[in-house]
Formats: sequence, C-alpha cells, structure tokens
Amino acid sequence: MSKYSMHLLVCGGTGCHAAESDAIVCNLRDELEAKGLLDSVQVILTGCFGFCEKGPIVKVMPDNTFYVQVKPEDAQTIVEEHVIKGRKVNRLLYKDPLTKEAVSDSKHMVFYKKQMRIALRNCGFINPENIDEYIARDGYQALGKVLTEMSPEETIKLVKDSGQRGRGGGGFSTGLKWELARKNVSDEKYVVCNADEGDPGAFMDRSVLEGDPHSVLEAMAICGYSIGASDGLIYIRAEYPLAIERLKIAIGQAREYGLLGDNIFGTGFSFDITLRYGAGAFVCGEETALIHSMEGLRGEPTVKPPFPAESGYRNKPTNVNNVETFASIPAIILKGARWYSSIGTEKSKGTKVFALAGKINNVGLIEVPMGTTLREVIFEIGGGIRNVKKFKGVQTGGPSGGCLTEKHLDTPIDFDNLIAAGSMMGSGAMIVLDEDDCMVSMAKFFLEFTVEESCGKCAPCRIGNKRLHELLGQICEGKGSLADLDRLKNMSLVIKDTSLCGLGQTSPNPVLSMMDNFREEYVAHVTHKKCPAGQCKSLMEYIINLDNCVGCTACARVCPVNAITGERKEVHLINSATCIKCGACMEKCKFDAIYIS
Amino acid sequence: MSSIKIELRNEDVDFIKATCSKFNSDPQELINVLHSCQEHFGYLPAEVQEVVSGHLNVPVAKVYGVVTFYSFFTMTPKGKHPISICMGTACYVRGAEKVLEEFRKELKIQVGGTTSDNKFSLSSLRCVGACGLAPVVLVGDKTYGRVAPDDIKGILKEYEK
Repeated sequence: MSKYSMHLLVCGGTGCHAAESDAIVCNLRDELEAKGLLDSVQVILTGCFGFCEKGPIVKVMPDNTFYVQVKPEDAQTIVEEHVIKGRKVNRLLYKDPLTKEAVSDSKHMVFYKKQMRIALRNCGFINPENIDEYIARDGYQALGKVLTEMSPEETIKLVKDSGQRGRGGGGFSTGLKWELARKNVSDEKYVVCNADEGDPGAFMDRSVLEGDPHSVLEAMAICGYSIGASDGLIYIRAEYPLAIERLKIAIGQAREYGLLGDNIFGTGFSFDITLRYGAGAFVCGEETALIHSMEGLRGEPTVKPPFPAESGYRNKPTNVNNVETFASIPAIILKGARWYSSIGTEKSKGTKVFALAGKINNVGLIEVPMGTTLREVIFEIGGGIRNVKKFKGVQTGGPSGGCLTEKHLDTPIDFDNLIAAGSMMGSGAMIVLDEDDCMVSMAKFFLEFTVEESCGKCAPCRIGNKRLHELLGQICEGKGSLADLDRLKNMSLVIKDTSLCGLGQTSPNPVLSMMDNFREEYVAHVTHKKCPAGQCKSLMEYIINLDNCVGCTACARVCPVNAITGERKEVHLINSATCIKCGACMEKCKFDAIYIS
Repeated sequence: MSSIKIELRNEDVDFIKATCSKFNSDPQELINVLHSCQEHFGYLPAEVQEVVSGHLNVPVAKVYGVVTFYSFFTMTPKGKHPISICMGTACYVRGAEKVLEEFRKELKIQVGGTTSDNKFSLSSLRCVGACGLAPVVLVGDKTYGRVAPDDIKGILKEYEK
C-alpha cells in the first residue's frame, strides 16, 4: 500500500450505499485512470463513517478532508481540484451549522471531537473486503497473543478485569459469561454471535459487520479458545444483505489465511464459523429464542435457568454475545484490562456505540465513553434539534426503553443511571423527539411494535400488550378517561412482573416513562380531549379563518364528506361533527384560510 | 392456510428435494431451507411447505408454524415490484406514516396487498438501518431516501413501463 500517496475513502455503509456511493467509486476511478493517477491514488470503499446525515461521504487521506453529500458527478471536480491541484473543494466541505463556516477536515468537526472509537475503530478506515487492511491495523494480533502466550483462564480473567458488560442490552459481565461457559464440561460447545439487530433505529451491529467484519470473527475465535469451543455461529438478520455478503467474504479470507479452520497458528486450536439467518422476529434477540431459531424452530424463549452457558444450542454449553461486545474484544486483549477499565464510569466501563436518529441534526453512529451526558450527545455531537424546534425527549433502548426528558440531559449515560431514570441502555438506539411529537401516539407506536413482535407464548405479554395498545388507541381518539390512565399503569406493572422473557418484561417501559414524564399531556388527552402536540387526528379541529376566506368554494368541492358549507364569495364553515379530518381542504386552500386548532 | 391453490411442477418438487438434500435433510436447517425456497418461488405456498415437511421429516403443522412466526416469510405472492416502507422509529417520527398512506391511496391496496395486475405489492418493515435517509422506501432492491408524500407519484412512474 505504501506506493500510494493519497487515499480516497468512500463510505460503503447501507445509507451511503443507497445514495449511490458505488457510482462515486466508479467515477473516481475512471477520472483517476483518465489522468493516469491510478498508481498513486487509491480509491477504497470503506465501512460506515457514522455521519449518515450528510452522506455519501468521501474522505481524503492523509489530510483528513471530509467531503459530504457527494454526488457521482462530483468525482471529476475532486480529482481535478483536490488530487491534482491540491485545492480543497469548498462547496463539498462540511459547514458548521453554528459558524456557517466550512470545516477543513474531520478532526475539527464537533461530531468527531468528543468521540472515542473502540468498537468502531476500523469502520471508515479500512476496506472491509480486504483482510490485509485489517491485519495492517493490528488485526488478528490479539488472537495470536491469546493462542501463543495466554491460557484460556488468563484470557477470561483479562476480559473480566476489563469490566466490559454485554452491549446487547442486558449489561451482563462478558468475562463472567465466558467463565460460566468454560466451567461447564462438554464434548462440544458453541460460540454464538447475536447479530439479530431488531431494535428499530439501531444500526450499530450492521455497521460493524459491514465496516469491520474481521474484528467479530477474531473475537469469536478468542472466545472459542477461552471457553473450549471449536464451532462459532453468527445469527444474522436476513434483512442485512450487505453485511451478510461482507461476512461471507471475510470468513473465506480468514480461512484462506489459516486464521479460521484447523490448527490455527500451529497451536492445535481449531475454530470455524458458519452463518445462520434470522427471518424477522424481534424476540430472537433474546438468547434462548435465538437458539431455538437456530435449531429451525419458532423463536420462542424458554425459562432460564438453564442458561445457555449450561444448555444452549443442541443442548450444549453455548456462549452468546452481541456484535459490538465482540468487536471491542481484540482491542481489550491488546491494550489490556487496565486501559479499558480506565474509560467510563465506576460500574460501566469502556465506550458505547449509539445510533442517533429522529429529530436531530446529525443522524448517525457515534461511540463515546460511558458517562458522557445526554446533553453532550444530543446537542454537541448530535448538533441539536432539527429545524430550530424545541427538544422534548429522547427514547433510549428502543421499544423496550423509556423516554427521557430535559431534566435527564445532564445525567451521565451508563447502564445503571439509565435504569434509575426509568429507561435502559438497550442496544444503544437514541430517537430524539421534538415538540411536534405526541407522547401518547409515540407510546402507542411502540406498543404496536411489541404487539406485532410478541411471540405469543405467555399471556401477560400476548394479551396485556394488546390491551395496552387498545387503551392508548382510545386515548388518542379522545375516548379515554382519567381512570384509564390508572388502568394503563396497573396493567403495565403486571405485564412487567409476570412476563416470561425480556420482551414482555420491558415492553410497558415506554408507557410508564412517558406517563411519568409527560403526565400533563396524557391528562390533556383524556380530560380536555386535546392533543397538545397536534398529532392525534381525531382530536384536531379544522377551522376556517373568517378573515382569509374569500368564498372560492375550492374546499367545499374537495371535501369527501360534504362537511363544508357556504355560498360562493361568502365565508365558508366546517361542520366539525361530520369532518373526518382528512386535511384535503387545507391542502386545496390557496388563501391560508384553514388552520388546525 | 393460503387460499391460493397451485400445482407444483415436477421440477419444482425436484428443486425442493435438492434444497433439502443440500442441507442434509436436517430438520434443524428448516429455516435455511425455507429461505432458499422463498428465494426461488417468491413466496411459500402450502404446497411447497408440504413437500419440505416430507423431506425434512417435520410435521407440516410445524413448518406452517415457523413460516407464520417469522415476518420475512410470506404465503402470498408479491408483486413484480414489491414496495416496502420502513416503519422503524426513526422513519416514523419523520413522517413514514404519511408516505405509507399516500402509497395506499395511489395503489388502492392495503398493506400486505398486491395490485390486481400483480405489478406492485405493499408492505411495511422495521428498520433497514438507513436512518440518516429517513423516511426510507424500498422498491425491489432500490432504496429511496427522504421520501415525501409528494414524491410517490414520481416513484411509481419509474416502474410504469
């Protein structure tokens, strides 16, 4: 690689991929070829840079120039101006929203300044389809170290001492989990990577697998050595075709290099990995359900104990970890437990990847030390709320988590603080909500998800969540009463206490936390029959502004239920009893005479 | 089960047989076998499930149980251009519901339905992970980002020919 004097890194994550980053790569290569520069400038399709909001991204190395929203036709300008003449293309640089000035390189972007990348260390730096690039960044060195210098017990101790807790949501100590699996004696054991990222709005696992698949493979082999397993399985969503493709390539290359397969590094240790596909079931993120799904069954959870560490896949001891957990392992092995445990808070060590989405300026993937506050994440790294709206809340932990508000903004984020605040870490999705979002509708939206995804095995989750969803629906339609709010709360607590698995035990969280933090909004829905955010259709009223109406009859003609009356050139009226709130009149009116109350 | 009755041709049965053999007719490979079959047939009608059941030695009720459990498997054929609207949280808060509504109006079908000419089918899915482009619509393999209700006519027009 040393013969290249410049590298053009093009983001090939799903978001940028969908926005034609392949065409950008093609055009850049064509331009370079036409100028005879293909020998000195290399174009690399990398994994996700994280700054999805402004994709597709092209980064120029070594000077870190960060071009945003690049179009395939910009390739010529980049090559002619930047590559040949050494002048940055100003119009493609990221503009700081506060100062409105172009930022010359990624090192000066607020988005990256506060981040610390461990799990994402290689995403956006290497070509994920080339094992040599992973090896060049110390890849497979941790595996070598473990196999040749450390005993399984020492490895487990190191992981335990690092204080890493599972990144899939549970927050259980990784090292302890490995120790349990090691202690169970069996002729066969399995290492499973949970890549069934079903939490809507979370895309960190996908980005790691697309951007740095080898880090997961290496960690799985390390785990196999530690617990005494020689088979690894990755359970991945069939909805992630690009990640599957890159994993297949990575596994093939690792086998070719002897880093997977028999007798790795000549140590007698053998380990190989196969892929298993999910088929769209959120509950399969729960480890016992996942194991059943891998066995070709419906993905229904079973009561623990026995834990998978005793009896898991094919009734053998099985260790299940999440993608992000695995991706950090090689770094922990190489840099040591003390280094990792020096990052983060007292009980939550290391860094955490968050997927920022919703009403936030910088949608994307970030990795910050545990203990960073929500304010830093949302208002500094995330760039604040879109369209100068007011911040209302942030849903952490997906449909199983809770909604935190203004008063939680200065809480340091870690496993325990989030639970104390009535939410949870979950996989790390953060959906930011603004003043236009109705908290009753949001709770209803999450419940709709849970109802659809409940496997139906236990009654509290199957029936209880359905009832919660119905009640919320009634409240949105203005048919709720104050007593319904108590009913919501009681039912939620029962569902939490009596459900079989994590899905049901957490599904009422959005309802409870939203009712807690936005009580007045719920009360407004049931007592005044009003939706303060103006989202609930049934509670809206379309009204004609008498001053603006010229009597053109356009609204009356378009109304599907003839709810609008009035003579030509006279002020019209909407009969709110017949109005179905379709909004057609407002769309048609050229005089801004119709508004919603 | 599905109301659609189809007759499997000999080569279809052979395909299912070969697929099962590829996975050593191991009942634990049921989901992988179903993935291959759906890729081949486009959907999993009862007739296909029966053949799979016979070759993997799994009761057909169990096969049906698995097919209906997972949202990725479908028992109704999709249109030539399957349209999926992402209804993940990020897309939802950025207006995916209005986009879905517009597709419903334009195509005059419900979610899960297929147009009478078999051209388009409509479904919603949970998060494709392209939250930066929210709201996201997939037509076949093509991804459309930042879709507004006004864009829908234009998108459908691309597939009119």
